[in-house]
Amino acid sequence: MASTPEDKQRKENLAGIGCARKRKEDPRFIQGKGHYVDDIKLPDMVYGALVRSPYAHARIKGINKDAALALPGVLTVLTADDLKPLKLHWMPTLAGDVQAVLADEKVCFQQQEVAMVIATDRYIAADAVELVEVDYEELPALVDPHQAMVDDAPVIREDLVGKDEAGQGKRIHDNHIFSWEVGDKSKTDATFKKAAVTVKEEMLNQRVHPCPLETCGCVASFDKVNGHLTVHITSQAPHIVRTVVSMLSGIAESKVRIISPDIGGGFGNKVGIYPGYVVAIVASIVLGQPVKWIESRIENLSSTAFARDYHMVGELAADKNGLIQAMRVNVLADHGAFNSHAQPTKWPAGLFSICTGSYDIPVAYARVDGVYTNKAPGGVAYRCSFRVTEAVYVIERMIDVLAKKLAIDPAEIRRRNFIKADQFPYQSALGWSYDSGNYPAALDKVLEAVDYEGLRKEQAEKRARGELMGIGLSTFTEIVGAGPSKACDVLGVGMFESCEIRVHPTGSVIARIGTISQGQGHQTTYAQIIASELGIPSDQIQIEEGDTDTVPYGLGTYGSRSTPVGGAAAATAARKIRDKARKIAAHLLDVSEQDLEWDIDRFRVEGAPDQVKTMKDIAWAAYNNVPDGLEMGLESVNYYDPPNFTFPFGAYLCVVDIDKYTGETKVRRFYALDDCGTRINPMIIEGQIHGGLTEAFAVAMEQQLVFDESGSIHGNSLMDYFLPTFVETPVWETDYTVTPSPHHPLGAKGVAESPHVGGIPCFSNAVNDAFSHLDIKHINMPHSAFRVWKTIHAQGLDKRT
Amino acid sequence: MIPPEFEYHRPETIDQALVLLTQHGEEAKILAGGHSLLPLMKLRFAEPAHLVDLNFIESLRGIKESNGLIEIAAMTTESQLITSPLLLDKCPLIPDAASQIADPQVRSRGTIGGDIVHADPGNDHPAIMLALEASFVILGSNGERIVPASGFFLGAFDTQLEENEILKAIQVPVSVAGSGHAYCKLKRKTGDFATAASAVSLVVEGGVCKKINIALTNVGATALKAEAAESILTGQTLSDLLMEKAVEKAMAICDPAEDLRGDREYKIHMAGEMTRRAIREAFAKATGGG
Repeated sequence: MASTPEDKQRKENLAGIGCARKRKEDPRFIQGKGHYVDDIKLPDMVYGALVRSPYAHARIKGINKDAALALPGVLTVLTADDLKPLKLHWMPTLAGDVQAVLADEKVCFQQQEVAMVIATDRYIAADAVELVEVDYEELPALVDPHQAMVDDAPVIREDLVGKDEAGQGKRIHDNHIFSWEVGDKSKTDATFKKAAVTVKEEMLNQRVHPCPLETCGCVASFDKVNGHLTVHITSQAPHIVRTVVSMLSGIAESKVRIISPDIGGGFGNKVGIYPGYVVAIVASIVLGQPVKWIESRIENLSSTAFARDYHMVGELAADKNGLIQAMRVNVLADHGAFNSHAQPTKWPAGLFSICTGSYDIPVAYARVDGVYTNKAPGGVAYRCSFRVTEAVYVIERMIDVLAKKLAIDPAEIRRRNFIKADQFPYQSALGWSYDSGNYPAALDKVLEAVDYEGLRKEQAEKRARGELMGIGLSTFTEIVGAGPSKACDVLGVGMFESCEIRVHPTGSVIARIGTISQGQGHQTTYAQIIASELGIPSDQIQIEEGDTDTVPYGLGTYGSRSTPVGGAAAATAARKIRDKARKIAAHLLDVSEQDLEWDIDRFRVEGAPDQVKTMKDIAWAAYNNVPDGLEMGLESVNYYDPPNFTFPFGAYLCVVDIDKYTGETKVRRFYALDDCGTRINPMIIEGQIHGGLTEAFAVAMEQQLVFDESGSIHGNSLMDYFLPTFVETPVWETDYTVTPSPHHPLGAKGVAESPHVGGIPCFSNAVNDAFSHLDIKHINMPHSAFRVWKTIHAQGLDKRT
Repeated sequence: MIPPEFEYHRPETIDQALVLLTQHGEEAKILAGGHSLLPLMKLRFAEPAHLVDLNFIESLRGIKESNGLIEIAAMTTESQLITSPLLLDKCPLIPDAASQIADPQVRSRGTIGGDIVHADPGNDHPAIMLALEASFVILGSNGERIVPASGFFLGAFDTQLEENEILKAIQVPVSVAGSGHAYCKLKRKTGDFATAASAVSLVVEGGVCKKINIALTNVGATALKAEAAESILTGQTLSDLLMEKAVEKAMAICDPAEDLRGDREYKIHMAGEMTRRAIREAFAKATGGG
């Protein structure tokens, strides 16, 4: 409709959907004016510090607090025995298990929380931690999930002995948590038996940690006079925290206020509820003083939620032309000492069943077995939707394994197996209904942009000279935006999202949304959505999140759900306001509603272009001149329950050169084409893709939490744990296509996690491809220089003649 | 990540510092740049009761040349080494190596003296000092002594420096015509210690290697001088065959510990590869090719 220069100008004035608007958050962050949990200082605040286990598995024979309590400034030392009368020494997990808040008679992983010291300052608390004497009797530790499942393995969870259920289905071993299966097993097995070609490969998504720059922490403040509990907390899901805290403490939910202020990155690490939070809350209730507890980096990497540790066996069955006929995946999932992974409650393996990927695979079967080990609990989605990184990794690696076996080019085998554009909505063998996509177009665009044939020619020449060059592809499909409440809930609460919008008399707006930004730029993008829907410039729209006292109930930000669900709630709430505005405009112009048409930022009378009322006019009128029978004011609330997930996709290509004498991999080129449907803010999308690719690079090349046989964790500081700096980070080239989601009000799909999910197999495929001329089928991540060199050296490729 | 209580001292002269060290004996620890010591204290691996901060002693800073020797005061920071016109001109190995240490933040605090005296086998300056045949000017209550770098490093975190002594300065000879240097360091990422590194300083005359020093970082309890490798090349023209023999000899003295950077086999091979690259680079520089 916008055609005249004046129309165009009015549209630009809105800085709405499609505008590469600068992030509104950045001025305060780059000036050091962000306000994080550790910036909170309250009167009479005291400090908690945790005593943690040096052993991965040990019985606690006694705890002596005397020396700690004798230190001036120490107020109390809490142990499991102190929490017992409140029944808070154990807590339920989001996954239906229980987790020790403070170790109850035994510790099950190194750095497990054993006691909390509360002192008048941080320094005294740290000194007192050293003075708490814990008498341990060390037990044999299990760090390998395969070992955990052998017949006479030591029992990790003695509290569950005799129980054949731990919240997510039947247990078949003392260290077993659940079995989860999906798909048609007998049909899949039968197809494999008949298939012309089958491939099978073991692959590991190693244990990594999301490692947000800000560690976890909270300030709990209980007011003994009015019975209100306020908790400032590093949470990606403040409302869920409120519900859980109310259930655990018995304080009415209306008297619990959870505030997530600025959050310094989450990446899944800040979804769960950690023992440190719970003890700080208890301590505040007991003392009647605010208690601050903030993790150190080592505590964060060692004890809060890790990601992955999926030990997978992938299999594909195909015909001679590489057309895939069936897929089978078996997974041993290491969940650590407690099953406290963060997935929608009914999905013990998250959305792993997206593992058939972008390919038209007629039958499939997947089974995941969760297992306890003496390692920290977790299993969160690290910059991905639930278990989607694992799923995409197994299919994107396996299709390359199949391509190699059949000597078909990896691009060609993908093209042959793609779900075609006219097959959408597509029903996958494992039960998903893909909303929209155009995979061949995306791949072709990438191949042309990088001169794929030229690259393959160069690779052949380099191989002839004994050099190692790899080209990796990844044509992934994500599943994000959890989710339809009939399929997804957290502790029984449906995974909707909410938005409340208030238009003030002078035409500016405040909108409150149940998600919480941890760097995604919600203040910027949500305002753009509302701007386009309401015809009010985005600069006049304030976005508020994270305070449960002011924001309507929402499920939070993770799994790329903010735009698919929160964005949809914002658009829908705005449309409700526009509907009311139409009534007011009709009243003001003395015409019927049907005579009005929406025109960027105003209603105009059809056929009478001079007869207009802008949204600003209408906002003023909403507070003094509304038609009879209409309420005053201009505001709305929407709780959006999505009809389906959204399915963003992309085609990535990576070129690596490997130094065969050191094993170092240089990423020469990385081309990322993403399709996230309608693009709200192209600049933020690009920033998200850069960030996601950088984290994917980190995971594929170097990140890993390493344990020795005794269960001791190694590499749990940033000296070892790899966070790429600008120096290590490759240059990213980005591109896009737009295939809107048909069911989303704006056609948007979500994007921040695609680069992580799609990037990891792309790097891994590139490194593996460098060896594809040799008898090597699969090399596990991380592809560190050391590990790559081991492969090179074993093959004798580094010999000097 | 909070150290236990300690007392902080800020002397303004070397004499005041020496008095404090004598007074507090083994309870005292010298604070230079702090980028090794403070992390150890935060982890409570080191718990000195007294910290003697040398950062406010003017005479411990600066780089000067006299009588064919460059004298670098011990509290000179890495970033000062990197930008020193005198070093860039007359001892380029030091700025080259310093620019490969940690990251800009660390380099603006970390000092050459601290790096040497801390004697972490992962520190880079010890190997550089061996390759340059440096000497150390050490002050104690009994006066000054000068000790060669060779023999100074006794083991991991252990040197000839006594408890109540201070490293005052480092002396290195001015590089002569026909000399070439290189420091090749393999590391996983910015800020990491070397997986393995090799420092080479050599002099080439008419295509012949008149003199060569090779020293290795982080493949033993101390920086290692690869003397057998040096003698293979001394007096010879460089050839692939001799290079491989020298590299083999360098690898033979390595005794690294396995860690997350790699196993022993990898580290030994990387010490060899870094030596190969450093020799090549140093040769190229000496003969005008670099």
